Amino acid sequence: MEDLNVVIAGAAGEGIQTVGEVLAKTLVAQGYAVFTWKEYESRIRGGLNSYSIRIGEAPKNAPLFKADVLLALNQGAVEKYQDLLKEEGVLMAQEEGKEGVIAIPFEDIAKKEVGKKIYANTVAVGALVGVLGVDLETLKTVLKQIFSSKGEEVQEANYQAAEIGFERAQRDCQDMCPWSLPPRDNTYFFVGGNDAIPIAAAYAGCRFISAYPMTPSTGIITFLSKAQDRLGVFAEQAEDEIGAINMALGAGYAGARAMTATSGGGFALMVEGISMAGMTETPVVVVLAQRPGPATGLPTRTAQGDLLFAINAGHGEFLKLVLAPYDAKDAFQKTVRAFNLADKYQIPVILLTDQLLADAHYSYTDFEPATSASYHLADPSEIDHYKRYHLSSNGISPRLYPGQSAHLVCVDSDEHDEQGHITEDLSKTVPAMVEKRLTKGEGLKNEVAPPEEIQIEDAEVVLVGWGSARAAILESIHLLREEDVKVGMIHFTELWPLPDYRFPENASLLTVENNATAQLARLLRSEFSLSFKENIRRYDGLPLTGEYIRRQFHAQHR
Amino acid sequence: MPSIDDYANNVEIQWCPGCPNFGILQAFKKALVELEKTPDQVCLISGIGQAAKLPHYLKCNFFNGLHGRPIPVALGVQTANPDLTTVVVTGDGDCYGEGGNHFIHALRRNPDITVVVHNNEIYALTKGQASPTTPQGEKRTLQVKGVDIEPLNMPAIAILHDCAFVARGFARNIDHLKGLLVEAIQHPGFSYVDVIQPCITWGNRPISWYEDRVRELGEEHNPKDKDAAMALALGDKDEFPIGILYQSEPKDPFGHRYRDAVTDGPLAQMPSLSEDQLHKMLSEFKPGAGRFLD
Ligand SMILES: Cc1ncc(C[n+]2csc(CCOP(=O)(O)OP(=O)(O)O)c2C)c(N)n1
Repeated sequence: MEDLNVVIAGAAGEGIQTVGEVLAKTLVAQGYAVFTWKEYESRIRGGLNSYSIRIGEAPKNAPLFKADVLLALNQGAVEKYQDLLKEEGVLMAQEEGKEGVIAIPFEDIAKKEVGKKIYANTVAVGALVGVLGVDLETLKTVLKQIFSSKGEEVQEANYQAAEIGFERAQRDCQDMCPWSLPPRDNTYFFVGGNDAIPIAAAYAGCRFISAYPMTPSTGIITFLSKAQDRLGVFAEQAEDEIGAINMALGAGYAGARAMTATSGGGFALMVEGISMAGMTETPVVVVLAQRPGPATGLPTRTAQGDLLFAINAGHGEFLKLVLAPYDAKDAFQKTVRAFNLADKYQIPVILLTDQLLADAHYSYTDFEPATSASYHLADPSEIDHYKRYHLSSNGISPRLYPGQSAHLVCVDSDEHDEQGHITEDLSKTVPAMVEKRLTKGEGLKNEVAPPEEIQIEDAEVVLVGWGSARAAILESIHLLREEDVKVGMIHFTELWPLPDYRFPENASLLTVENNATAQLARLLRSEFSLSFKENIRRYDGLPLTGEYIRRQFHAQHR
Repeated sequence: MPSIDDYANNVEIQWCPGCPNFGILQAFKKALVELEKTPDQVCLISGIGQAAKLPHYLKCNFFNGLHGRPIPVALGVQTANPDLTTVVVTGDGDCYGEGGNHFIHALRRNPDITVVVHNNEIYALTKGQASPTTPQGEKRTLQVKGVDIEPLNMPAIAILHDCAFVARGFARNIDHLKGLLVEAIQHPGFSYVDVIQPCITWGNRPISWYEDRVRELGEEHNPKDKDAAMALALGDKDEFPIGILYQSEPKDPFGHRYRDAVTDGPLAQMPSLSEDQLHKMLSEFKPGAGRFLD
């Protein structure tokens, strides 16, 4: 079976999020590999949003735009989104339209047969499930658990709504939909980007998160706050992002693995704190979930526009690590890695995600952690005279936390001596401390993973990308190879410090990025003296897709 | 039993000779000795300014962070290691200017920390500009025609918001100040001590001007009486009643729910999630299990 893309569109407040989730989870429970992503307006009611569900027999985990099935919950959604429908696609809507529309009057049915208009979307999802030949019982188990907390009455009404929608679709529209999704035996993990990061953080021994709400990062602290008693991570909503990072640094200094999460504007406020993490050598993990900027930008949309900002965040010269995971599973692994390396090198680590990765849900056949927590605090009993900034050959000084032992732990954001006291000894101590902090970079650079290479042996053109764009680029390689275009891919997920790497010499290179100024190309040009062809960029707030890249590629290579 | 000498270190002090900050330093050492705290049990957190240099001059754990940010750092420290005695040492610029927002929200949180503000009514380290507590009309190195705007009355704000413990001290009354610090540190929840610290370099008034106007509060003032406390805080700006101004009714300290449910010890000593716990958590992301349908 070819992957099927179902798009649900409607207004905020109409419950498309719930409908989308119910349908996605029903399909996963039916044994399909499902990938979902959403695009929505920054408002609570109204507007027009969509929730895309890609259904397949194996995980592809990449966004598609064109819809095989479009479920439009209102007439505005029909108008805005019908262009997404493929030629042979099927529209399901309230009203009859042009030929081939599966018309089910959700609202009418909900009002007349269930008793309340709010059940319209459950009627719709029931109908959709019916049309797609999915099990009604599977849908009902999902509904049961989703609405179990809302009381018996609501649950019953939802069952009824789903049943009526399902039966109506089976009765009237069965043959109008060419696809059928019978049950399969496969079971997949179905995980969101903003689920993977907090779980990984707890697994990595994170004990403290302070953050200030900012889309699309808010899911991370929300998850940890809800699961506080179970995962044991102390979660605090700070008064602002400056407070958030300083709280995390205080907790980190006091020995707890600590993190914060934010988006562009909040990250900007944290930058002085990141510099302090570098100077005081206090480990901290900062998730920067990108959205299009500048300023407030497009709060609910996606972009990869903060790569150079993240790499350069912080005044003065100090070491930091920047990781950009490509999907939920990779985000899990990189989160664990972020905590371990922050601890080992006593540095700030930035995890660069974006709205696509934060809000998308991915399917996996297995979900095993590749690494577990490794701790690097020193043993106080092995130290006679403790100096927090002891000058060592690799630049790493033994780190203790205050109260751990009789040793005093003294840290300073001023330039300091080995004991942590302010210094202005320009001839000796100052250069020694600068060098100590930067020397740590030599060890760190050796740990940074080289980029991933796909089909570059015979490639005439190599698409170079980073972070969440991976799946779309992979898909574009597949599409272009089918047209006999010899393309390959080089993909970075560890971006600073950059690893030692030799780029292929005979292929031409271009970057594929979800930004306007091709920031990866700028970075690689300066670090590797490379030259790039015209790069493929997307900066309208929507994610890259394989098809988008393919089209841009041809437009440029005509 | 610790002694004053246990708190001595031989770091060169960068304050002007004769600065009342020396009195605050002395009061700190005496208070910690009286509380029988050893240096490793104490953690001082400061920002940037002349005041914020104090942690360097007394032997203990310290975190000398960014200008304006000692309170959030202290919140993180106290949460991560509640066994420590966490005290913020800060200036009026550091605490009421750059870090004002953190102070206000600390009032809401009620963390079990003590904040000691060296209030010299100016920015000393940056050479005599106005601070949030500079009297209106006073000429300063930047406000050459005089400060146009009104000073901030943080003790009044703290009392208004039921800060657990509000006191005012005078840097030259060392023993009195020591007593306030002892009480503040012992008091559960957020304790706040504003210390009058005349600046002998940038200040316009001699120390004697302050000495003439400082008055120790006696038995007649009941710190549990909010109206009386507010009246003191709002009183004549040229008078400085010193002592405990206000003590709120006991209230839950920051993080109590977590401490009850998870741990009341240092977070660094908590084990991370086990493989088993992780797998259980992850299995919920498969069909049929709890979180999958959350
Ligand atoms: C972000 C930032 N802004 C400004 C400064 C410069 N600065 C250092 S200390 C200070 C004012 C200090 O005033 P106060 O806290 O009252 O301490 P004092 O020196 O008077 O004891 C300023 C403005 C800084 N270090 N960091």
